Amino acid sequence: MSAPRTAVLALGDDALVLSHRLGEWAGNAPVLEEEVALANIALDLLGQARTLLSMAGDEDELAYLREERAFTNVQLVEQPNGDFAHTIARQLYFSAYQELLYERLAGGGTDDAELAALAAKAVKEVAYHRDHAEHWTLRLGDGTEASHRRMKDALEGLWRHTGELFRPVEGLDVDWAGLDEEWTRRITAVLERATLAVPEGPRSSPWAAGAGRQGVHTEPFGRMLAEMQHLHRSHPGASW
Amino acid sequence: MTTLLPETDRGGGPGAHEEAFDAAIAADERIEPRDWMPDAYRATLVRQIAQHAHSEIIGMQPEANWITRAPSLRRKAILMAKVQDEAGHGLYLYSAAETLGASRDELLDKLHSGRQKYSSIFNYPTLTWADVGAIGWLVDGAAITNQVPLCRCSYGPYARAMVRVCKEESFHQRQGYELLLALSRGTEAQHAMAQDAVDRWWWPSLMMFGPPDDASKHSAQSMAWKIKRHSNDELRQRFVDICVPQAESLGLTLPDPELRWNEERGHYDFGPIDWSEFHEVLRGNGPCNEQRLDRRRRAHEEGAWVREAAAAYARKHGEQDGDGRTAA
Ligand SMILES: [Fe+2]
Ligand SMILES: [Fe+2]
Repeated sequence: MSAPRTAVLALGDDALVLSHRLGEWAGNAPVLEEEVALANIALDLLGQARTLLSMAGDEDELAYLREERAFTNVQLVEQPNGDFAHTIARQLYFSAYQELLYERLAGGGTDDAELAALAAKAVKEVAYHRDHAEHWTLRLGDGTEASHRRMKDALEGLWRHTGELFRPVEGLDVDWAGLDEEWTRRITAVLERATLAVPEGPRSSPWAAGAGRQGVHTEPFGRMLAEMQHLHRSHPGASW
Repeated sequence: MTTLLPETDRGGGPGAHEEAFDAAIAADERIEPRDWMPDAYRATLVRQIAQHAHSEIIGMQPEANWITRAPSLRRKAILMAKVQDEAGHGLYLYSAAETLGASRDELLDKLHSGRQKYSSIFNYPTLTWADVGAIGWLVDGAAITNQVPLCRCSYGPYARAMVRVCKEESFHQRQGYELLLALSRGTEAQHAMAQDAVDRWWWPSLMMFGPPDDASKHSAQSMAWKIKRHSNDELRQRFVDICVPQAESLGLTLPDPELRWNEERGHYDFGPIDWSEFHEVLRGNGPCNEQRLDRRRRAHEEGAWVREAAAAYARKHGEQDGDGRTAA
């Protein structure tokens, strides 16, 4: 049985878009070690994206020639980098989700062997991403007053994009409510250690049109795609 | 005020150290961090290693400029990995400088305040995707030509860092060549893009070897100390000799009408280099000097609160390394 197209596109787009955002840090990181670490994470995600998109078709056609409304990544990953705290908060929320999801896909959440194999391989990479994000959440939360405030703002600012993570993805046999519970438990534990509170606002938008999984994105995403796709689209049919 | 030194210190002490140092250099042995070395040797190494480290991290900018626009996912992965490698090279080199007593913070401060330089090549802009290929092929290529002899440099930590760096630089060079080859054999527009990039990067690459031998102020002493093994002009010639046949296989031309094989010398002759451009760029008037340094300073300043947070956290929790460096 071949991989369910909606599922591999959704997960592939998540990885592709977050990798792109992390790539924007190159040359701008707060310390040289983070240039290396952020690039590592970006490269892992790009590798996952390429495998996933290739299960659904031609990776470059899918990445470069689809319109914004055809991308089904969650809105969380397309959020601009902001300051380092925003990047870490985004990474903390997303990597905790991705790790839990891949664990489930590697352990029976899909009957597609290719997708299960990708999940089994990627879950090890993602465990490192989560570890990295947790380390920095602790440092920033429990560092200085200024870093605590920035981390708090970042966690609160991105909170409204976390509910979407647990909307069922067609073709995946996952207990989404259970995933949400486990995610919340883990995030709460990390934030507590970091002397930070779990944000309280709504976790999703009331808009009936839906969100990222329905191809409904936030405004910065269009500009991100314009930049990403411009060169490829300027030379139709060329190979690189 | 005069200080009277005990007889032993004035006599055998420093003199014996110096003899041991000279003997080690003469015997092609490695000088290690705990060995005695002349102050001027140490200062020369710190200056050179720092400039090299700064070049690695400033050099990330022109290529990072294309990460978000890379035209295929395969090329994007290669480019991201390359820029990451350059950050890694910066790390090895700052560590090598630390073995000489120069801290990374102090060196970065000198970079940011303009008291230490980085390679002028990175003061040129990357205007098209083909520039990524031209940098890999020519700039990493020139860096390898410069750095392979440094793997035998007399200072151990620098020589060992260079071994690792050179391996990766040669990947970069091949990837750049392969990128240009794909463009050269691609559509007409792609071929033109590749040719334009090579036209713009050729001469600045030749300048990477530094001023001609008769105008190079640090060369003689560095050669005597075996920090440097070949003169600027020798290395430049070696690079030209390597590039000409490669340009032919790329199907691209080099922008020098005087370039031709000289049977007698066994080398390619090439036209005169515009040293006034070199000196202007070095003086800070290149197309991107200000932009590169501003961006570097801004990244550093904007990251200050992060480094402070990591240090504060380390103090509270008794972590060994206070500046966030353990996190990676
Ligand atoms: Fe390098
Ligand atoms: Fe390189």
